Amino acid sequence: MSRELLKVSGLSMRFGGLLAVNGVALTVKEKQVVSMIGPNGAGKTTVFNCLTGFYKPSAGSIVLDGESIEGLPGHEIARKGVVRTFQNVRLFKDMTAVENLLIAQHRHLNTNFLSGLFKTPSFRKSERDALDYAAYWLDKVNLTEFANRPAGTLAYGQQRRLEIARCMMTRPRILMLDEPAAGLNPKETEDLKALISILRNEHNATVLLIEHDMKLVMSISDHIVVINQGTPLADGTPEQIRDNPEVIKAYLGEA
Amino acid sequence: MTRNLKSALFSALLVWAVAYPVLGLKLTIVGINIEVHNTSPMILSVIAICSLLMFVRVLFNQQLSTAWKNSPSLPKVPAKATNFLTLPSTQRWIILGLVVVALVWPFYGSRGAVDIATLILIYVMLGLGLNIVVGLAGLLDLGYVGFYAVGAYTYALLSHYFGWSFWVCLPLAGMMTATFGLLLGFPVLRLRGDYLAIVTLGFGEIIRLFLRNLTDITGGPNGISNIPKPTLFGLSFDRTAAEGMQTFHEYFGIAYNSINKVIFLYLIALVLVLLVLFVINRLLRMPIGRAWEALREDEIACRALGLNPTVIKLSAFTLGATFAGFAGSFFAARQGLVTPESFTFLESAIILAIVVLGGMGSQLGVILAAVVMILLPEMMREFSEYRMLLFGALMVLMMIWRPQGLLPMQRPHLELRK
Repeated sequence: MSRELLKVSGLSMRFGGLLAVNGVALTVKEKQVVSMIGPNGAGKTTVFNCLTGFYKPSAGSIVLDGESIEGLPGHEIARKGVVRTFQNVRLFKDMTAVENLLIAQHRHLNTNFLSGLFKTPSFRKSERDALDYAAYWLDKVNLTEFANRPAGTLAYGQQRRLEIARCMMTRPRILMLDEPAAGLNPKETEDLKALISILRNEHNATVLLIEHDMKLVMSISDHIVVINQGTPLADGTPEQIRDNPEVIKAYLGEA
Repeated sequence: MTRNLKSALFSALLVWAVAYPVLGLKLTIVGINIEVHNTSPMILSVIAICSLLMFVRVLFNQQLSTAWKNSPSLPKVPAKATNFLTLPSTQRWIILGLVVVALVWPFYGSRGAVDIATLILIYVMLGLGLNIVVGLAGLLDLGYVGFYAVGAYTYALLSHYFGWSFWVCLPLAGMMTATFGLLLGFPVLRLRGDYLAIVTLGFGEIIRLFLRNLTDITGGPNGISNIPKPTLFGLSFDRTAAEGMQTFHEYFGIAYNSINKVIFLYLIALVLVLLVLFVINRLLRMPIGRAWEALREDEIACRALGLNPTVIKLSAFTLGATFAGFAGSFFAARQGLVTPESFTFLESAIILAIVVLGGMGSQLGVILAAVVMILLPEMMREFSEYRMLLFGALMVLMMIWRPQGLLPMQRPHLELRK
């Protein structure tokens, strides 16, 4: 039994009179792929926003590896190793692919003003290592030939892959992917599935996933959490979820 | 056709409405009164012809535009040349070439030309500084002249009250403006775009009004005069040195020539510009430089990657302000006089125009735009009162011709190791 990396309990988020998320609980163990599914508007992305510090949750606790992180600002949570992608791709569009990857390594680099000004050996080494690490991941996501192209000019599927690679540059403990397969064709979805498996098996990544593509979800998830109208509906392995009548009802409506 | 006729009539009227009050009426001083007179019938007939032309132009808009399309268009810069000119490596060589020219030519140029070149260098410095804030970090700052003023007054006040020299005050002015940049940065952290522009605009005006009304210290609208010029290791460039000082021409045993002072000021400005260029060049390749650009592109993504937007914004504001401080204290030393009226909003607008005209983020662009923006009004002095009109028209034309700026920056090409 592996360690619990992220434990969320009783998470609620209220916008004025609207209770968007109500008592959501989920547990992510090391090297697991956990998916969060639910109909549109169920509050999945709101949960993501709470977990990554973009919203301050109204109630509940978020514990990352024994450390409480709820209410911290977004960049501090990211520094603790919870890194996300966005439903609509958010790359630095005018910058090249490799620059996108360098920015993500910002906090691992030598940011000393004077050493950068005089290009000290330690600064050069830090920059060179960053570039090598970026090259390594560009190769992993098959984007090496586009390294010096502005990110905005890449094809949509390539942008998605670049965004995932950019997250991996921060050496995350939990990678949170918000609908990574949205807008991808079946071939690209297969590639994405392979990429997520590589991340987990070769790079020990723990993944929390929001996704609508059920084929993808069922094939790669270790655990699935279903949310409906902000409240948790079901929680279990893919097989349990597939056969759960409540889930079927929420998705298809009552007969 | 009737719709065209209507708008054509309206346009013709508009020409009258705009041109008649400006050109058709002349103010003449009669005794102690000012009277309004009509100008010569010649000007009136010119306005009439213009309005007639405008009428025809709007009436036959469609026919004219098709004819225009068939006629040979403006010479386009070939795509290959544009690409070559915007390559970072090419731009670096051009800058090097410019530096060599700038080093040599004051010894051949006339006194007036060197003086204008010094002014251009001040604006290059300001443009490069604002380029950090606007071009790189994407924070629209309309009050940049406030920092310029703080820099100028720091030197002016320190030399006036304590008699400190330019070389001591230069870093102090930089530090002072950096502090002001930080102070302005804090309240505006949450703002972006238009809102930020308004707040910074207010900041610039506050600084100016403050300097103007703090009569006891800053001399109010009269400003501070007799600010000493910089010295070369204690050698002054005046005809006669102050007590305990030596002059340049005495020390080297040459005849006094006032152009030496002008050239010396020019060289100081050049050294300052080179320093700023060097620092910005390095900054661009440092993590903080990349972070500025990332912030311009997408602040939310920055946060999701663990970059602290507060630190990035404040560093952009602070560094940008520091360069304005250097430019300001040099300006004070060159003029020998600072008044609040040197730091009006128009200055901010000109500096911003330099950045936009040059191409956001591009250093060579900023240098060229500063040359154009300062040199053009000087060269058009013979057009006297129509100078600013021509200047405005030229700017409009330039933005139509090259909306992305004179020489925009290309992304650096990073070579990956296999």
